[in-house]
Amino acid sequence: MSFLQELGQYMLDNSNLLLELTIEHILMVIYGIALALILGIPLGIIAARFERLAPFIISLTNILQLIPSLAMLAILMLYFGLGFQTMVIGLFLYSLMPIVRNTYVGIREVDGSIMEAGKGSGMTPFQLLAKVQFPLSIPFVLAGLRVASVIAIAVACIGPYIGAEGLGKEIISGISLQSEVKIYAGAIPATLLAIVADLALGLLEKKAKKRMALA
Amino acid sequence: MIQLKGIHKVYDDGFQALQDINLTFEEGKINVLIGPSGCGKTTTMKLLNRLTDYTEGQILIDGKNIQQINPIELRRQMGYVIQNIGLFPHMTIFDNVATVPKLLKWDKQKIKQRVDELLRMVNLDPEVYRDRYPSELSGGQQQRIGVIRALAAEPSTILMDEPFSALDPISREQLQEELVRLQQEINKTIVFVTHDMDEAIKIADQIIIMKSGQVVQKGSPQEILANPTNDFVKEFIGEERLGSALPSVKGLMTETFETVNVRTPMDQAIQTMVDKQYKAIPVVDQDGKYIGMLDLFSALKYKEQNIEDVWTHPQAILETTGTEQVISDEYLEQQALIPVVANDDQVVGILQREKLLEVLQQFYQLKRGGQ
Repeated sequence: MSFLQELGQYMLDNSNLLLELTIEHILMVIYGIALALILGIPLGIIAARFERLAPFIISLTNILQLIPSLAMLAILMLYFGLGFQTMVIGLFLYSLMPIVRNTYVGIREVDGSIMEAGKGSGMTPFQLLAKVQFPLSIPFVLAGLRVASVIAIAVACIGPYIGAEGLGKEIISGISLQSEVKIYAGAIPATLLAIVADLALGLLEKKAKKRMALA
Repeated sequence: MIQLKGIHKVYDDGFQALQDINLTFEEGKINVLIGPSGCGKTTTMKLLNRLTDYTEGQILIDGKNIQQINPIELRRQMGYVIQNIGLFPHMTIFDNVATVPKLLKWDKQKIKQRVDELLRMVNLDPEVYRDRYPSELSGGQQQRIGVIRALAAEPSTILMDEPFSALDPISREQLQEELVRLQQEINKTIVFVTHDMDEAIKIADQIIIMKSGQVVQKGSPQEILANPTNDFVKEFIGEERLGSALPSVKGLMTETFETVNVRTPMDQAIQTMVDKQYKAIPVVDQDGKYIGMLDLFSALKYKEQNIEDVWTHPQAILETTGTEQVISDEYLEQQALIPVVANDDQVVGILQREKLLEVLQQFYQLKRGGQ
C-alpha cells in the first residue's frame, strides 16, 4: 500500500476525530480573533485619534507579537491553567498587533480632502469617525484580520502543549509515536485552513477596497 | 450678508497670515477671492465656517457674530465645496448628496425628492446616477455632485475652495458656466477661492485680490480690469487680459434709467426727461417691453401730439452682446443713447455713448501703457 493510500485510509477511518479537532481549531482561532477585534479596533482608533498614545499602544502590541509563541503560551498557562481558554487568550494577544496597527493606519490614511469635506459638512468628530473614517478603514482592518488569522491558525497548532485540543493534537501525537501518517493527517487540514482563510479574507479585502474605490 | 471687520490672524509662531481684512459678501453675489498661493485667500474663506479661527476682529453673518454660533451648526448651514472634490468614496451618489440633510435629520421622503431635484439641476438623470459610486463618474460629474452636495440643505451661503482647478479645461469651463446659470436659479451668497483670473472674471460679481494676507483691491471685474490699483494687480491680471477683456455691455450700461409707458401723456414724458436730464427715453408697452425711443427735441417740438406720433425705433441691443460688436456695428453713429434689453425685450438699461467712449479711451490707454 502506497503512503498516500495509507494516509487517505487513515483520514477516512478517523474522519470524525479529525473533524472534531478541526472544529475546535477553528473555534479557538475565531474566539481569539474576535476578542482581538473587539479590543483591537478601539485601540487602533484611540491610537489614531490621540497621536501621543500611538507609539505606546503600537509598541505594546508589537512586543506581544515578538514573544515566541511557545514561551507566551507557557507563561499564560502559569496564570490561566491548562486548556481551551488559555489558548484563546494566547491567540487573542497574538492577533492584536496586526489588527491594531492596521486600524490605526487605515484611519490615518483617509484622504485629507475627504476629512475636510466631512468636517465642512458639519459632522461632529464622532460622526466623522462613524460615517467616514471607520468605513474607509475597513479594507485595512480586513488586511489585518487576514494576517492575524493565518498567524493564529499556525500558533493554534501548539495548543496541545498547554492542554488545548485542535489539529496540533494529531501532529504532536504523530511526533511522539513517530507516525508519519498522523503528522500529515494533522498538518494537511491545518494548512488547508490557513490557505482558505488567506484566500477568503483576501477576496473580502479586495472587494472592500473596490467598494471604497481605493483600488 | 457676511461682513468681515478688521480681521487679523497671527499664528502661534508669530506668522501674520491675515492683516486687517475688511470685506462684505452681499446676498446673492458671487464673491471671488483670488491671489497667489499663500496670500491668505483660502484662510479667509475658512474663517467663515470656522474651519480656522481669527485672532482679532469680527465676522458677522446677517448681523450675528459667528463666535456665538456653534461651529457644527454653522457648517450645516453653509455649503462647502472643496478643491479635491472630496466625495465619500464608500457612499453612493445619493448618500453623498444627502450628507447634510441626513445630519439635519430631514424626513426620508423629503431627502429623496431633494436629491433627485438637485441631480436634475445639474443634468444628471437621478435614475441613472443615484445609486452609483463616485469612482464610476467622470471628474466633471464628480464635482457636479460636489457642488450639489453643498446645496443640498438649502444653505444661504456656499463656500467654494478652488472647486474646478483639478478638472480638465473643458469640464472646468462647463462647470463655470453651469455655476453662473445655477446661481441665477438659486441666488446664494457664494464665496469662491481661485488662482485663475479668467475664472474670476467669468463668474464674479465681486473680485477680491489678495497678497501676503492683505486685500489689495476689490471690485467688480469691470472695475478691476478698467482700473487696476497698482502694478501687482496689473501683473496679476496679466497684460494680455487687460487688453482682451473689454467690459461687457451689461457692465457699461446705466441700469437705473427711467422708461415711459407708451400711453403716458407727452407733457409728463417731457417732465421726466427734464427732471432726469435725459436727452431721450425708452418707450415701453404695458408689459415693459421695449418698443421705441422718444427724443427730447422731437417731444418738445410736437408737444401736442402723442408719443406714438413722434417716436423713433432704433434697434435695441441685447445685454449679452459683446462690447466689441457694439462698436463695430456702428450703433453709436446713429444715436447717443442705445436701449439695452434682456432676452424677453424688457428694458434693462441704457448704453450712453459718452460713457462708452470714456471707458474705451481709458481701456486703450491702459492697454498701450501696458505694452
